[in-house]
Amino acid sequence: MKEDLRETIYTPPLIGLGHDYRSLTEKISGIVLTRKTPLEWLALFGLGFIGTMMLMVALATLLVRGIGIWGVNIPIAWGFAIVNFVWWIGIGHAGTLISAILLLLHQAWRQSINRFAEAMTLFAVTCAGLFPLAHLGRPWFFYWLLPYPNTMGLWPQWRSPLVWDVFAVGTYFTISLVFWFIGLIPDLATMRDRAQNRFARAFYGILAMGWRGSARHWYNYESLYVLLAGLATPLVVSVHTVVSFDFTISILPGWHSTMFPPYFVAGAIYSGFAMVLTLAIPLRKLYHLEDLITARHIENMAKLMLATGVIVAYSYVIEAFISWYSANEYERFVVINRATGPYWILYWTLIATNLVVPQLLWSRRIRKDNLAVFLIALSVNVGMWLERFIIVVTSLHRDFLPSSWGMYYPTIWDWATYFGTIGLFVMLFFLFVRLLPMISIFEMKQIVEKPEVSVE
Amino acid sequence: MKATSVLYGFMAEFADPESLKECIRRAKAEGFRRIDAYTPFPVEGVSEELGLHRSVVPLIVLIGGLIGALTGALMQWYSSVVDYPLNIGGRPFNSWPSFVVITFELTILFAGLFGVLGMLAVNGLPKPHHPLFNEPHFDRVTQDRFFMCIEARDPRFDSRETWKFLESFSPEGLYAVQDQR
Repeated sequence: MKEDLRETIYTPPLIGLGHDYRSLTEKISGIVLTRKTPLEWLALFGLGFIGTMMLMVALATLLVRGIGIWGVNIPIAWGFAIVNFVWWIGIGHAGTLISAILLLLHQAWRQSINRFAEAMTLFAVTCAGLFPLAHLGRPWFFYWLLPYPNTMGLWPQWRSPLVWDVFAVGTYFTISLVFWFIGLIPDLATMRDRAQNRFARAFYGILAMGWRGSARHWYNYESLYVLLAGLATPLVVSVHTVVSFDFTISILPGWHSTMFPPYFVAGAIYSGFAMVLTLAIPLRKLYHLEDLITARHIENMAKLMLATGVIVAYSYVIEAFISWYSANEYERFVVINRATGPYWILYWTLIATNLVVPQLLWSRRIRKDNLAVFLIALSVNVGMWLERFIIVVTSLHRDFLPSSWGMYYPTIWDWATYFGTIGLFVMLFFLFVRLLPMISIFEMKQIVEKPEVSVE
Repeated sequence: MKATSVLYGFMAEFADPESLKECIRRAKAEGFRRIDAYTPFPVEGVSEELGLHRSVVPLIVLIGGLIGALTGALMQWYSSVVDYPLNIGGRPFNSWPSFVVITFELTILFAGLFGVLGMLAVNGLPKPHHPLFNEPHFDRVTQDRFFMCIEARDPRFDSRETWKFLESFSPEGLYAVQDQR
């Protein structure tokens, strides 16, 4: 019976036909070492570079003139800085999910997407970290957030979720970085051995640290790799949980909710898969990687995006239901005000982009259509940003007393900083694509060896 | 070759992991001890053939995690109870539920960093040079070939017999690796 089923269900292979150890090595390392850089690379890197320059101007202006150049005010003291922080840090979560959780679950299809997804995580966390730092007001005193012996005799406030955030995000960045680097070492050795150019040999050689593929080394290496995945799994769940604590520990209606941690984690993975798809679909076309990042990979990611999207939709419904069920007039007001108040356009755009559009993914035809999946992923990127905007701004702009009500309008500097970080992200990502193997070479060889592992 | 070069070992090159495993199995049966395999990716079963027992890396990660947990818990307890107690509405100084998050994050941070540094230290990396790199064909170890080396310091090593032994597997290549001192 089981055998019959296996024959009737066709699972397309994870790697295009005809690949062996040599062709995989040549194809993936060739993107960096031998193939001509496509013009599209230059265009996209250039766009990212321009964005980064804009970010520099925006941050320099902020340092010179202070936080007043932003649209933040009282009561809306958080504004874009926190919206963008939560958005970026959420994007990073899919990278860790792919690299760690799917590794522990023995999902062989992760092998061709984990490397660039982890790179995406690193760059997204980098962009995220800039916002709270800039929002400090006096960013040059950022080290006051860390416990260090100081002449003031002071310690950080351990009971504050904002200090927890420093530790959570700092740990997340560090562990993501070492996880990514450990995964890179064998591939850096491959690059070292294939590089023709003296400078490239030295560059990859130093980074590879003398890796020679010894079985004893692999033994310890694999042991560590699985342990790091095991450590990263609770870590990634904790990071967005702590981010949600920034909201829930307060007593503000719309924030003070026990549902926030799981809701935030699901939203983070949702937006992260949207970003992975936004990057993967153009990338595989640009570098002709259709035989390594196959239609099945895209479909699997689309399914995961849909699954997390449904959890997010459920959370929206429960949030509204509980505010009604609580019989608390402030809680009820928040929900009604979101849908009908001054930010109603953003709220309904959020519902459309984040909840309605992704339902198209239930259709297999649409999941198979790359352009459609790409557009849906873009829609989710926008939707998840709007979600954070709605959470941050609508809860703050109506204070308990109508005399303290206000409105938040982002200034040109808010937008310049936000789009600037997108530029920084794009620039770093394309530098990565140009300098390092964007698909894990040695892990791909493991699934070439035994194609039967690819049965889902 | 310089006059100071000594023999490091004999290295056989194979095109597929199965031949490599067969060679290791036979070499073990012959009584060779100083052998190691070099592969482009972790090959299942090679560590068993080599008889590698438990890696110490998990222990290092555990120790790192414990140190991290203690660091987080003690730092927060010391600063809140001993060094700078703040009475906020009569709440306890040692408000441990608030300290859970940072203790947890430091546990993960220390465990991860100990693991990474520990793995590199156990493997003796970074090691910019190794005698095997003297063999130009060895560059395919990170690409598509599987190597096995019997080192000259093995008590059973005999420059004629061992060479013949490896030759009997008809490897893709057989090299005498020199170590320049």
